[in-house]
Amino acid sequence: MSTKTIATQRASMGMPTGRLAVWWLLMSEIVIFGGVLVSYIMHRLAHPEWAEQAAYTNTWLGATNTLVLLTSSLCAVLAHAAAEKGNGPKASRLLWLTILGGLTFLIIKSFEWTHEIQEGFTIQAGGFWSYYYTAAGVHAFHVIAGMCVMVWVAMSAAKNQDLHRVENVGIYWHFVDLVWIFLFPLLYIAK
Amino acid sequence: MTHHAHAESHGAGHAAHAEQNWFLKYFWSTDHKIIAMQYMFTGMLMAMIGGFMAYVFRMQIAYPGMNVPFFGHVSPDAYNSLITNHGSIMIFWVAMPVLIAGFGNYLIPLMCGCDDMVFPRLNRLSYQIFLLSAIILIWSLFVPGGGFGGAWTAYPPLSSTAKYNLTPMGSSMWVLAVALEFAAFLMGGINFIVTAMNARAPGMKAYDVPMVVWMIVVASLLFMASVGPLIAGAVMLLMDQNLGTGFYNPDRGGDPILWQHLFWFFGHPEVYVVLLPAMGIVAEIMTVFARKKMFAYKTVIYTVIATGVLSFFVWAHHQFVAGIDPRMANVFTVTTVLISIPIAEMCFLYIATLYGGSIKFTTPMLWALAFMAEFLVGGVTGIYLGASGADIFFHDTYFVVAHFHYTFYPIAIIGTIAGLTFWFPKMFGRYMNETWGKIHFWGTIIPFNFIFIPMFWLGMSGEHRRIYDYTNFPDLAVPWMQQLRIVSTVSLVIMLLFQFPFLWNFIYSMFKGKKAPANPWNANTLEWTTPSPPPHGNWPADDMPTVYRGPYEYASPGRDTDYWPQNERA
Amino acid sequence: MTSHSQTSHSGHDGHERHYVIIWAQLVVLLLVSVFGPMVATHYGWHWLLLATAFGVAVVKAYMVAKNFMHLDVEKPIIHYIMAIGVALMVLMYGALAADVQKESGQNWKKSAGFHHSFTTSKPAEHGGHAKGAAGTEGTTEHEQH
Repeated sequence: MSTKTIATQRASMGMPTGRLAVWWLLMSEIVIFGGVLVSYIMHRLAHPEWAEQAAYTNTWLGATNTLVLLTSSLCAVLAHAAAEKGNGPKASRLLWLTILGGLTFLIIKSFEWTHEIQEGFTIQAGGFWSYYYTAAGVHAFHVIAGMCVMVWVAMSAAKNQDLHRVENVGIYWHFVDLVWIFLFPLLYIAK
Repeated sequence: MTHHAHAESHGAGHAAHAEQNWFLKYFWSTDHKIIAMQYMFTGMLMAMIGGFMAYVFRMQIAYPGMNVPFFGHVSPDAYNSLITNHGSIMIFWVAMPVLIAGFGNYLIPLMCGCDDMVFPRLNRLSYQIFLLSAIILIWSLFVPGGGFGGAWTAYPPLSSTAKYNLTPMGSSMWVLAVALEFAAFLMGGINFIVTAMNARAPGMKAYDVPMVVWMIVVASLLFMASVGPLIAGAVMLLMDQNLGTGFYNPDRGGDPILWQHLFWFFGHPEVYVVLLPAMGIVAEIMTVFARKKMFAYKTVIYTVIATGVLSFFVWAHHQFVAGIDPRMANVFTVTTVLISIPIAEMCFLYIATLYGGSIKFTTPMLWALAFMAEFLVGGVTGIYLGASGADIFFHDTYFVVAHFHYTFYPIAIIGTIAGLTFWFPKMFGRYMNETWGKIHFWGTIIPFNFIFIPMFWLGMSGEHRRIYDYTNFPDLAVPWMQQLRIVSTVSLVIMLLFQFPFLWNFIYSMFKGKKAPANPWNANTLEWTTPSPPPHGNWPADDMPTVYRGPYEYASPGRDTDYWPQNERA
Repeated sequence: MTSHSQTSHSGHDGHERHYVIIWAQLVVLLLVSVFGPMVATHYGWHWLLLATAFGVAVVKAYMVAKNFMHLDVEKPIIHYIMAIGVALMVLMYGALAADVQKESGQNWKKSAGFHHSFTTSKPAEHGGHAKGAAGTEGTTEHEQH
């Protein structure tokens, strides 16, 4: 069902309403992730000895996950290109690939966490591990949220409906990718 | 409320609007006016709960150990829970839903000439999440251990360690409720900002936007930009409470001061988040009832923006005695005193708006003037608290409580009632009773001052704010201090009793009041150009308003009428 | 729907190729950020570690924002909106670091926050407001020793 109001179709700023809203959403997301990351960075700088705990993270799994997210971002931007051409079914297929990327990311993550928890590195094992699980957990929550929205967008895009949403959900997905780009060195590389 | 079925403009989904059932119309509606009412009525209900809490703990302070009527004996735990939840409810579940969400939802689409918000369903979801948060908060008062009692600022370790707060469920539910409430207002905030930015009526330029819309938009922006760190902090606090992490525990490498920073990084802009909409409401009322153009409209807007920017640089003045770096205390003293400049400037510009006007003392105007007077007291006393040296003496005394209430009471109660009485004819198509309105006004304003002026004296005499029973402290239990506490409490009871005439007036006028025309106050802004109450879609879809001039063209020379609606062709 | 015809490549197929090239560059940068720090740690070059770990992350983020999110062709207001978020984070770090990065004060000292078997040093002596704050979590540590 469509509840398009006249207001939604206006563009006093000269840009689509949905995209403007996504940028505002991202602004609020920057400060949410910023709150976690700034707290983490301050604690890392105050506690050089946390590097000992960080040494136990698996760089290769982190790097693989970065690759997975970068590739899913590529799919999302290709979906946007397809949607601009008006090719809804193609955009939809590419969005499903993006969702698959998100799913792969979460599966790798869950294997990684299971292994770490079995090793005894639980969320209570130390300050670093608390931040590790919290920052990655908040990020994973955003991955899941993005995937849910993307399922919805992909289904309507397959029917050539609401193609502008492909770009909007893509911008959000790239942002989630971008956050991971910073989380990767912060959690895995800095040892 | 009459519903025109604008099926042709709203797509298939709205075709069913003509025969909606009661539930769909009032609980599942995407109409911004209904959602605004939902926010306002929920907020008013919460205000009654918060007011009742104030009554209970003030009775305990004035008459320690007494059996409070309608409540019973107040145990120390109940006392802590009551003050904590009074603070949380009044700020997060009264001031914010009514001022930002309620008035924002009602006014932004109407004043910008839209048929609805840009994302109506997101708007509905926002209210539903807000309602859920309110239910969780009320529910938390009845779980084992009782409601959270660690003060509304929830400082760890008191809030993070169940061993200290003794309310393991209550404190987690409190954090959860606050987090959900923030999620609701993030959705609402995006809606408000994007609606005002992108969906203005044709011809409405940035400087044709009414002041209250500007202020609600800046307030939403402040909220969205400042709340992130606290959301992150709330997640970390929930983990400290339930998963055994040590983010705020120095024994585990964490830092309790971090929470205070994250909280006040949001908490101080939050003051301006609720202040600005109230200032906007007052601006609308003053221009209409002074029949005068807003003095220095653009300067007010620049001042609002300056206030918004500065509000991000003042938060640590809440932490002067928390052990923060003294160098930072210096910086924050300067910024705190600086922010009084734009606020004072705004007050002067409002007073200049009144100068030379033909002022009509209607009920909304009385409330608006009272807002200015009472808020000035709150602002001036804030300067003492902003100076770190004086704050060391005043911190955590009743001076702070009195200062705080002299700012928030004008905002959350006076500003709200001003707005409600002003837009009542638009909302319900009927007038409120003026006589009862004035009785309510004086019956509220006079006791209000008698509640809080004694608190300034008590605070300066060293009365600490977190004491359950002053008879345990001989220095603070001297007769004159106890008598002042009784004055406060009795005034509070009088003030609360005077709210019943208002409630009666409100409900009676809603159904039986004198019928109001579309533009009862001869005002200019767009919401007065549509029938009262506005139909669904606000204007006919083929006749949406176009804007030709600014919102405050009152008493323009060379015209027959002293007002000039924004949509009237020149 | 807006088309970003302002981007450097013209034509839709050019767009797609452009995206794939950017992706390939990002993957190369990823490899740099994985192997760079290894080399840096081996030779003890601290600057190289910072440059490859965080410098590369900034470059990668810039490339994603510019090419995938199309921030380069967005209206200036969008840049300001994003700048607000970033500026607030800088402000937060600047104001909080003085307190949060402080490890000890007159009557208190923060513990390192280790609670695992690889802990090499005993937690510092507690005092001041840190005293007695170790609840159930402290037991983990004692079991391990």
